[in-house]
Amino acid sequence: MIMSLGPYASFIVTSYAAAAVVVAILIGWIVLDYRNQTQRLRELEERGITRRSGRSAMDAS
Amino acid sequence: MTLIDLANPTRFLALTARVLPWLAAATVLLLAIGLYQAALAPDDYQQGATVKIMFIHVPNAWLSMFVWGVMSIASLGTLVWRHPLADVAAKAAAPIGAAFTFLALLTGSLWGRPMWGTYWEWDARLTSVLILFLMYLGLMALWRAVDDPSRAARAAAVLTLVGALNLPIIKFSVDWWNTLHQPASVMRMGGSALDKSFLIPLLVMAIAFTLLFVTLHLAAMRNEILRRRVRSLQMMQASRVAFSSEMGAGARGHNASNEVGAA
Repeated sequence: MIMSLGPYASFIVTSYAAAAVVVAILIGWIVLDYRNQTQRLRELEERGITRRSGRSAMDAS
Repeated sequence: MTLIDLANPTRFLALTARVLPWLAAATVLLLAIGLYQAALAPDDYQQGATVKIMFIHVPNAWLSMFVWGVMSIASLGTLVWRHPLADVAAKAAAPIGAAFTFLALLTGSLWGRPMWGTYWEWDARLTSVLILFLMYLGLMALWRAVDDPSRAARAAAVLTLVGALNLPIIKFSVDWWNTLHQPASVMRMGGSALDKSFLIPLLVMAIAFTLLFVTLHLAAMRNEILRRRVRSLQMMQASRVAFSSEMGAGARGHNASNEVGAA
């Protein structure tokens, strides 16, 4: 497959690999951020800090 | 659920919880189809196989401008309509737009080396896209520099709208200045200059990347809403601690004055 890309295969493969890495980093950052925020909300609620409405801060999240 | 209901963050979170899995699945499916079609696309008679870089470069270049457009509309929402989710949308979009712009610059550079003989040239299109990337970074720094989200939102909205002036410069730079970058070949008067064998995979990849942006943006907005809830709960906790320590100090002062009085 890479052979069929010709003499500039390294440029083509590097482009796709870079896009895959950057998108993977974006997805990983968003997933980790979500886990981090939900964890912090859970800790606050366990300490009895809740929203004035009385609803859980993680409602519908 | 009407559109106006989405102004309520809790309802917005409920919607994202329902929509995100479907969006993610559609993104993966379209990306797979687009990549498959890109792999099968023929070599260009001039560029050879390097034309395959187009399928990843052009969607990222389009999205770099599209995301700033989304942020500009959100900024109007912040400044004009004071929509509660507008600044959340703008803030969440900035890192994603920066990533797409970085990829547009990087893949363009990797395409430019074999085709133009250079990784970089200070021509109008490349320079204006580099400025767009720097503006994304500046905007992200501004969001971090100002602690109060509502103050940061107004400053960022003004900067975003000023930065939107760069979008027509990027779009028309290849027409206004005759430089190294080739003129528009997909969206132009008189129809696309691309053959269907290139145009169809390119459009599929463009739609797939747009869906990727929508998915990541909704997920990042959800994170931002949760971050603001954490912040407000932490402030509630801090005010409770301050109130109870004040009460404690007041009670100690009261007891001390009683003791002095008793003495």
